Amino acid sequence: MDWKGRDVISVRDFSKEDIEFVLNVAERLETELNEKGALDYAKGKILATLFFEPSTRTRLSFESAMHRLGGSVIGFSSAASTSVKKGESLADTIKTVEQYSDVIVLRHPMEGAARLAAEVADIPVINAGDGSNQHPTQTLLDLYTIKRAFGRIDGLTIGLLGDLKYGRTVHSLAEALAFYDVELYLISPELLRMPKHIIEELREKGVRIHETTDLEGTIPKLDVLYVTRIQRERFPDEQEYLKVKGSYQVNCAVLKRAREGLRIMHPLPRVDEIHPEVDKTSHALYFRQVFSGVPVRMALLGLTLGVLEGV
Amino acid sequence: MAELKVTAIREGTVIDHIPAGKGLKVIEILRLNRPNGGVLLLASNVHSGKLGRKDIVKIEGKFLSEEEVNKIALIAPTATVNIVRDYKVAEKFKVEVPGEITGILRCANPNCVSNHEYTVSKFYVVSREPLKVRCHYCERTMEEEEILGNL
Repeated sequence: MDWKGRDVISVRDFSKEDIEFVLNVAERLETELNEKGALDYAKGKILATLFFEPSTRTRLSFESAMHRLGGSVIGFSSAASTSVKKGESLADTIKTVEQYSDVIVLRHPMEGAARLAAEVADIPVINAGDGSNQHPTQTLLDLYTIKRAFGRIDGLTIGLLGDLKYGRTVHSLAEALAFYDVELYLISPELLRMPKHIIEELREKGVRIHETTDLEGTIPKLDVLYVTRIQRERFPDEQEYLKVKGSYQVNCAVLKRAREGLRIMHPLPRVDEIHPEVDKTSHALYFRQVFSGVPVRMALLGLTLGVLEGV
Repeated sequence: MAELKVTAIREGTVIDHIPAGKGLKVIEILRLNRPNGGVLLLASNVHSGKLGRKDIVKIEGKFLSEEEVNKIALIAPTATVNIVRDYKVAEKFKVEVPGEITGILRCANPNCVSNHEYTVSKFYVVSREPLKVRCHYCERTMEEEEILGNL
């Protein structure tokens, strides 16, 4: 499968084969990393991380992935210190930065920014989040985490909990899960239901979907509970946020009704939606999920740079 | 006989089979209501065998560009366009919603990059009936009402 020079912009651009291929490469890289400690596939290659809005976790994960591949990193973590503040267009920033680097990772507050950047750049662009639209590498690492935990994705019953209206991670994950034989429970307050067009699309693709507000009644059915934060910053109206703030908390009392094998995921950061007491239980998968970002992003960087032919 | 209710035109375009009530919108988006334009005739609520009721727009001295035909297709997908020369229909075709809509529609998402950076807008038609399009950039789906408001 030829990934050299390919952009990673949206889950919509992937086929199931693409996803499986990336997950397999990530798994092989993780094994190799465990054996050798450090790799040098991307030696001499430079990653530019352009983060127009803060995201320490995603940025560090990409940087760690590039370093573990033996490459180096340049970039910025806020638009405030760049020429954007002087009025430079995104297109010009991209055209400039591609002169200094071999691959660009972009986080931008506007939806569609990564697509535009990819059209402008001759080098690969990887979307690290564009507004409330897509975060495809998060989706891939989520799938990777599920696959590593269960050995499969097909046949699982998965609950998506929290902000299903504004949460781009759950939108992309749901779209990607449509490639698999899964049953989805969408658990959210009424105000934060999954957008209708996404549900329609999933149903058209044959996904069995149930919408509910009832976490406790649903939890016994689940293999995976994917929890999301209710993101204050995405609400156009503070009053709307206050109505749903703290709607759900996953704690040991709630988990008493869960299957023994239930695994809890969260894209993090969390606020109060998962009680810290859950961290020590066998259900907690979210820190392992953070780790998954490294091999998955190593795979994407290496593949788009075209340096992983031997893996 | 319905066509005789409005004057025949010598040279120009007749847009027929517009769903009743959409004729004014066609005039608006083609910007035909400017004072320096040619003769413009609108017949509204005309009996139609196919549609029950329809609107007809006649524009003297104007032939439509591909972009204008595509705009009509988004508002009035049942419309037919007649090119009139010397009082006779020289050409007649049905409008068709294209698979991709480039340059003529603005994204309704205020946070879409296409509303902030220099781009040519692009949409993919997700469904023709009801009309739904998806923005190439922000991937948001727009439905008929939003489409009409952003032409």
